[in-house]
Amino acid sequence: MKTEDNLPAVQSVVKDGSFVQIKVLFFAKARDITGLTELSMEVSSGSTTQDCLNKLVAKFPNLDEIRQCIVLALNEEYTTESAVVKDKDELAIIPPISGG
Amino acid sequence: MNSEDKTLVEIIDENKQIDLAKYINYVSAPQAGAIATFSGTTRDTFEGKTVVELRYEAYVPMAIRNLKSICCSARSSWNLHSIAVAHRVGSVPVGEISVLIAVSATHRADALDACKFLIDELKASVPIWKKEVYSNGEVWKENTEFLERRFKHGKDGSCCRRKIKTEARDIKGCCKPKVKEEDAADISTS
Repeated sequence: MKTEDNLPAVQSVVKDGSFVQIKVLFFAKARDITGLTELSMEVSSGSTTQDCLNKLVAKFPNLDEIRQCIVLALNEEYTTESAVVKDKDELAIIPPISGG
Repeated sequence: MNSEDKTLVEIIDENKQIDLAKYINYVSAPQAGAIATFSGTTRDTFEGKTVVELRYEAYVPMAIRNLKSICCSARSSWNLHSIAVAHRVGSVPVGEISVLIAVSATHRADALDACKFLIDELKASVPIWKKEVYSNGEVWKENTEFLERRFKHGKDGSCCRRKIKTEARDIKGCCKPKVKEEDAADISTS
């Protein structure tokens, strides 16, 4: 016997917009710890810099030892942990500076 | 380029020395009666340990942007003619210059005060790092100026401490829109 498919209205699943790609830069002690100067990271759209940092610490647990003393920069300007990252943003992990 | 507002910011490649004469020439001008300079050189000891060399690295685009912003702040506080800031990256052996600031002004008080401001601000906020290399180890240094300022930061803290002068001055064209400077000042206190 034939059964009739009674499909619900198809919802198109749009993947773009749910994730953003950012570039993370590591300097000085942060680079020593991760062994990287930069990496590319995908995070959920609407993530804050703190969310990104959490993800980085999860990936590189030794970053935790400097977590309390680093500051962050987004697109070459100092930022807070509540700032929201956008696609193609550049996030820099900045340990205490020592120029001059 | 407005010849009244000459500002030069350079991050010097590895293994190249800072040419003091170049920067003094840059800031010199017939109208400027005073040139103040600061040069930071690698010391041979730190807390009794023998220093072999300092190794610098920088987040170059942000460091340049920050330095230009600091120069802008200096111009809003003092009457300056020209400013030059140069910082090396890479190894800087004992005795060599790692950072140079040169400021010219009509009068010496402006030049001297601005010069001090510029190096103080550089040490507090510009993303440059140095590693002190000893014969038996190495350590990343941390500027107290940076640490002190981080913990003092409120919501409207500023990387570039702007002293607002009450006398009327012509607004120089070098300052970027204020929004960027405030954003640049907002340091995370994680």
